[in-house]
Amino acid sequence: MHISEGVLSGPVLASGAVLAVAGIGLGLRRMSVDNTPKTAMLSAVFFVASLIHVPFGPSNVHLILNGLSGVLLGWTVFPALAVALFLQAVMFQFGGLTVLGVNTLIMALPGMIAYHIFHLMYGIVRRPGRVFGVAVVLGAMAVLLSGLLLTAALALGGRAFLGVAAGIVAAHVPVMIADGVVTGAAVLFILKVRPDLLVPSRWEPAA
Amino acid sequence: MSCLAFFAGRSPVHRLDPRVRLLSALGLAVAIALSERLVTLGWALGLTTLLAAAARLGLWTLTRRLLHLNAFMLFLWMVLPWSVPGRFARTVWGLSITEEGIRLALEITVKGNAIVLLFTALVATIDPPRLGCALKRLALPDKLVHLFMLVIRYTDVIHDEYGRLRHALKARAFQPRFSSHTLRAFGYLVGLLLVRSMERAERVLAAMKCRGFDGHFHALTGFGLRPSDLVFTGMALCHVGAWAWLELS
Repeated sequence: MHISEGVLSGPVLASGAVLAVAGIGLGLRRMSVDNTPKTAMLSAVFFVASLIHVPFGPSNVHLILNGLSGVLLGWTVFPALAVALFLQAVMFQFGGLTVLGVNTLIMALPGMIAYHIFHLMYGIVRRPGRVFGVAVVLGAMAVLLSGLLLTAALALGGRAFLGVAAGIVAAHVPVMIADGVVTGAAVLFILKVRPDLLVPSRWEPAA
Repeated sequence: MSCLAFFAGRSPVHRLDPRVRLLSALGLAVAIALSERLVTLGWALGLTTLLAAAARLGLWTLTRRLLHLNAFMLFLWMVLPWSVPGRFARTVWGLSITEEGIRLALEITVKGNAIVLLFTALVATIDPPRLGCALKRLALPDKLVHLFMLVIRYTDVIHDEYGRLRHALKARAFQPRFSSHTLRAFGYLVGLLLVRSMERAERVLAAMKCRGFDGHFHALTGFGLRPSDLVFTGMALCHVGAWAWLELS
């Protein structure tokens, strides 16, 4: 989910850039040098996963998975998604460079929220079926929050965009469903195969 | 992947220093993004079209990129003329459209296309590893630059891995539909990609450590400014100045 070049006004672009830089800085500080390859690898996986298209009606929707990336990356989701979005902007012109800050924020902030809720719940729910349920809700919620942030960014530029924004959020309902179930199944898979990947302290710098 | 479309060129633009291209693109893009007058934006579109022509970008690939952007612009044209309050212009299909709405949609279309042409001509023509080096020289944090370079390297590797898994799914008569079965299959696919990539990351880190990685990458090729780089920077600054003067007068 991203905003194209030329749509937003200067102040919105600037505040998005400042907030994104703050998030990237915090994320980088929490990423030790030894964790760089892991973060890069996850960033690449989410880049590739966004190429997965799910047929929907006559058309199809592509996965976003910012909730799942947040759950796995924690604070480092900011630099990881910023790099992926930068590459997408340079290679395919999805999104763009002047809107990079705003787009990073739209994607990464819901991921961060999903991370905190997931680890709060992960201590409480133990049964795999319930972890699946939590992950489904968080995956869908992250897409919804991204949609709302996108609406807010457009609305800050003037009320004229509200019609456009409402259309965009409505178009993302199937994405919410797809992202939710895919996030749930992926978390369930990791829980069975490599549960240590879901432990948050893994991302803190080694003592 | 189609990401390697533009940077294997030998045009005058390709010969400019990557740092100069990156900074000029950024400066010009900010100026364009902040402009509101159609004169400035028209001028910017003209300039960026010239740059794209000078970079000798493949016409077909470039058109595809612009089509992607303009699909969204078409959506704006279907909404904005009706929804922006302002002076009445005319009635189309029983709905009144406003001059302000048309102007806003036009402004955004010109602005978006100009910025995309600009970045395609100046930044998409730098090959990614060199772009990483240029970003490092422009004082971005080392960790971010390393992240960037590793992502470039492993996106292709993981894309291949994904291709193999999709083949395996296809071999088992998997037909994607909007169903719980499809979504679960994709979920396990993503989970498998994640687990394998983490294991790969551990091997990569061990290999990097073996070769003495201490948190620094060493670039083999340096950068050097030539007279043409300075001329280009000067021209970019003149344009930014002229646009600022047009906007503020």
